[in-house]
Amino acid sequence: MLTQRVLGQAADLVTDDDVQLALYVMYELFYGGFDGVDDDWEWDPELLGVRSLVETALEKQLLARVAVPDDVPPDRAAVADALFALTAPGPGPSVARFVAKKASREQLHEFLIHRSVYQLKEADPHTWAIPRLTGQPKAALVEIQADEYGGGDPGRMHCELFARTMRGVGLDAEYGAYIEQIPAVTLAGVNVMSWFGLHRRWRGAIAGHLAAFEMTSSLPNRLYGDGFRRQGFGQDVTLYFDEHVEADAVHEQIAGRDLAGALAQQQPDLTHDILFGAATCLYLDDLVGRHLLSAWDAGVSSLRES
Amino acid sequence: MTSGPDPARRRADRRPPTIVPCPDGPILVRGDVTILDDDGRPVPRQRATVALCRCGASTIKPFCDGTHKAIGFTSA
Repeated sequence: MLTQRVLGQAADLVTDDDVQLALYVMYELFYGGFDGVDDDWEWDPELLGVRSLVETALEKQLLARVAVPDDVPPDRAAVADALFALTAPGPGPSVARFVAKKASREQLHEFLIHRSVYQLKEADPHTWAIPRLTGQPKAALVEIQADEYGGGDPGRMHCELFARTMRGVGLDAEYGAYIEQIPAVTLAGVNVMSWFGLHRRWRGAIAGHLAAFEMTSSLPNRLYGDGFRRQGFGQDVTLYFDEHVEADAVHEQIAGRDLAGALAQQQPDLTHDILFGAATCLYLDDLVGRHLLSAWDAGVSSLRES
Repeated sequence: MTSGPDPARRRADRRPPTIVPCPDGPILVRGDVTILDDDGRPVPRQRATVALCRCGASTIKPFCDGTHKAIGFTSA
């Protein structure tokens, strides 16, 4: 069948625009859906079968490429330490440093467009895990997600803060407005979150993914804010980044210890999945970073031509 | 930065305070706590759980900004 033929011919699923966009569309049915598309497609058995084929192929590729530490005991502190070690800030080139020091206004726009595919629905993929957890890890995830969703204030929801940033620089903040310009590698990052989030068997991976995501957020967000300030933007644009400097310094502690660490201690057989989820987050983040920096170093757009 | 009443603070008031020193990291503060600056003025608190800087290098003191990781701070 067509799906199997496409998957068989794709050399690299992570950078295949057709594969990632198809997967993104199938997942999006579980979030906001699409105007004019019947909601019943969400649970259409044939479509779920196609999605499963893509997920299985992607899983195979990621398992082969993502290095996971294999000597971490299922202990709260040991898992937290391993996650902090995996995510320790490195000295090499980074998107955050480029944004802080060099990015043009046009490159800042591109940066926001890449980010928008996740940040306009920030926190949603990890929320799927809440009913699949119990006890301390569940309470920890709820504590983080409540803060992501503004602590009860719709105006402080992180997705809303990001929309304000987009509007502040003159971009369209409607979800999906730029979807056809987003390259596969960026879509892969958000698709993996949906894949981990929507499958109970990956509850360890989504917990580890969130921990790695939070642990690589505070310091880069300060630099992102610096880049927008350097280009003359005010607090309406930088509030999103400033908020994340403070919020994610809280979240990374809760995610590392009370969510991922406590989950490993509670369910030791999930330890490898927790670390796989974290390592996959970092692997894909690194690929996106390389894509952005290589385009910008060459003086070309990092987006697809739409 | 604020919009209307502070919902995080309101809910936090219902919880007794807890203070958690994170290994090699900040101090997490939850519950009914008012943070005052040197002049005794309350420091605006935007979230129910806050992380206070313990390494001295944060750029957003009294809150943590993750800099402890960049400078290799240890609490042991």
